[in-house]
This record gives sequence, C-alpha cells and structure tokens, in this order.
Amino acid sequence: MKLLASPAVRVGISISIATGLYGISFGALSVTSGLDFWQTMALSLLLFSGGSQFAFIGVVAGGGSGIAAMSAATLLGMRNGIYGMQLNALLHPTGWRRYVAAQVTIDESTATSSGQTDPDEQRRGFWTAGIGIYILWNLFTAVGALAGSGLGDPKQWGLDGAAVAAFLALLWPRLKGREPAAIAVVCALATVLAVPFVPAGVPILIAAVVAALIGWFSHGRSDEGLEPDVDPYDTHHGHRHGDKNRDKPRDLHGDGNGQAGKAST
Amino acid sequence: MNLWIWLLLACVLAYAWKLVGYFVPAKLLKDPRMSRIAGTMTIGLLASLTIVNTVASGQTLAADARLGALAAAAVALAFRAPFLMVVVVGAGAAALLRLIGWN
Repeated sequence: MKLLASPAVRVGISISIATGLYGISFGALSVTSGLDFWQTMALSLLLFSGGSQFAFIGVVAGGGSGIAAMSAATLLGMRNGIYGMQLNALLHPTGWRRYVAAQVTIDESTATSSGQTDPDEQRRGFWTAGIGIYILWNLFTAVGALAGSGLGDPKQWGLDGAAVAAFLALLWPRLKGREPAAIAVVCALATVLAVPFVPAGVPILIAAVVAALIGWFSHGRSDEGLEPDVDPYDTHHGHRHGDKNRDKPRDLHGDGNGQAGKAST
Repeated sequence: MNLWIWLLLACVLAYAWKLVGYFVPAKLLKDPRMSRIAGTMTIGLLASLTIVNTVASGQTLAADARLGALAAAAVALAFRAPFLMVVVVGAGAAALLRLIGWN
C-alpha cells in the first residue's frame, strides 16, 4: 500500500481511468467505421496511441484508402518519438524495459512522468500511467467494439457526430494561444479546399504537409502541440485555458522548474 | 484483407516511432526543429481530421447535422467537460438534429 502514498502513482491511476474510459468511444466508432472487432483490437493492442487510432478509423470512415489511413496515423505518431527521447533522458530504461517502455510511450504517460520532479516519482508516474492506460484502454475498446456492433445504423445514434467531437476534444488542449489556433485554422482551410480535388483521406495528408512547413519555417515554441489528451495535472490546478504561465508539464527539457511536484498538495 | 495489411503496417510504424526515441543520441534533443514539427503536425492533423469528419462526404462538401455536433462539442469543451462527455454531447447533438429533420 506504500505505493499509493506516491503522488505520481495516484495521478497515474486517475489518468488511467479517465483515459481508459474513452476507449469505449474508440471501440464503438471503430466498428461503425467499418473495421471488424479484431482490427479494432489490433489498433488498441499494437498501435496504442489514441490520436493515431482515431486518425486511422477517421480516414477509413470517410472513404479513404488503407494507405491514406496508415499515413495519417503514422504522421500523427511522430510526436511519440519526441516523447521517447525525453523519457529516455529522464528514466534511462535499460534492457527489455526499454522495449516495453516504448510501447506505452504516449501523451499521458509522458505528461504524468515529466510532471514530477523527483526521479523515482517520474519513474513511478510513467509506469503507472503507461501500464494502467494500456490495460484499461484495451478493456474499454473491447467493451465499445462489442456495444458498437449492436447499434444498427450509426448515423441514427449520431456516431458521426461523436467522431467530430472526439477529434475536436483531441485538438482542444493543444490550442492555447494565438499561434496553435492559427495553425489549426490554416490546416482546416487547406483541408476543405483540397476535399473536392483529391481522393478521400488525402486532404488530411496535405494538411500535415502544410503543418510541417509551418513548423520548419516559423520560429515558435519547440513544444507547441505536444500536450496530452487528458491532462494528468489539470484537476490539481484549476485554470489552464488562456493562462500564460501554464503549469503544465512543460519542463521536458530539464531546467528543473516543472511545477508538477505541487500536484501532490 | 487489404485493410489488415495497412493496419498492421501502421502498428509497426507507430512502434518504430516510439522506439526510435529511445535509441537516438540525446544530443538530437537539442535540435528543437524536429520537436517543433512534431508539434505543429499534431495540431494540423487533428484540425484537419476534425473538419474532414464535419463537412466531407467522400469528395463532396456537405453541411449537415455534423456541424451541430461540432458546435455542441465546442461548447462542452469550453465548459471543460471530460473527453467522454464531449463525445456523448457530439453524438447527442447530431442524433437530435437528425430527429428533427436536419440531415
């Protein structure tokens, strides 16, 4: 029970429950997008990265090809590589642990870990959130997939609206300040303009190229857009939208001033 | 069957991204450009996926109940509703609008 006294473990458990639960919506949307139960489970078990999974089924639902779905999911997964570098510098996993750590390297486990200042707490936070979310996400994906396949006409239940809401909810926490909002608007416009002219799924890849060009040529924060879908430390701090000194786990570059140690208070 | 191949390839590539982070030399972290592109691309892709799912039907643009879902979800998010609640609100708005005749 000593583990439960660790603030990082407690944050990790609550983030696991919050994130795991929305696996229900992924499972339900996936089977109504045309994937079967095992394809849905393969995405949660093997791909295991919420944004990329929603991207894959979103492209398929829109009539896009498998290769377009794969491309969108893969481009969206690039940030996990950045998280991996940060976590490697933070936790130094060795041997087989490195390979397991890689699989559970996602927005939420990175945020839970990097939000702590003590190295032991960082380690506990990462593993609790990573393993916890992995188990619950897959469990609730299965629940959602089984429930979704019995729904009949998905449109009658507004499930296409649910997909829209899911993507907006994934985007929302990353839109803080003028710059990310401008990037979002430009990419949305590029998408709409492209829809009539290219096959389904491709407009999303065009938007990715536009976004990459913005990132390459403009100078802004190097961690813009790298936010968890569910913020582990949000509930402990209240205000977050529009707050310039956001105490989100920004201290990924190690200046030691991350404030999340306070999360235990 | 075709979809399975792309799906499994997506899984392999997703794991490859994650693993690459643990094996590249730490000094690459000092180049902020890669991390910046990863960030702007995340925003761009999610914005694009949001709008595509709202107004695209194949290769045509359509204004239907999904616009209501987008608006309702935005309101829910502004009130800081949790993810699952936002999704339910989006579905409810689309279903309701269809019920009263707006497709």
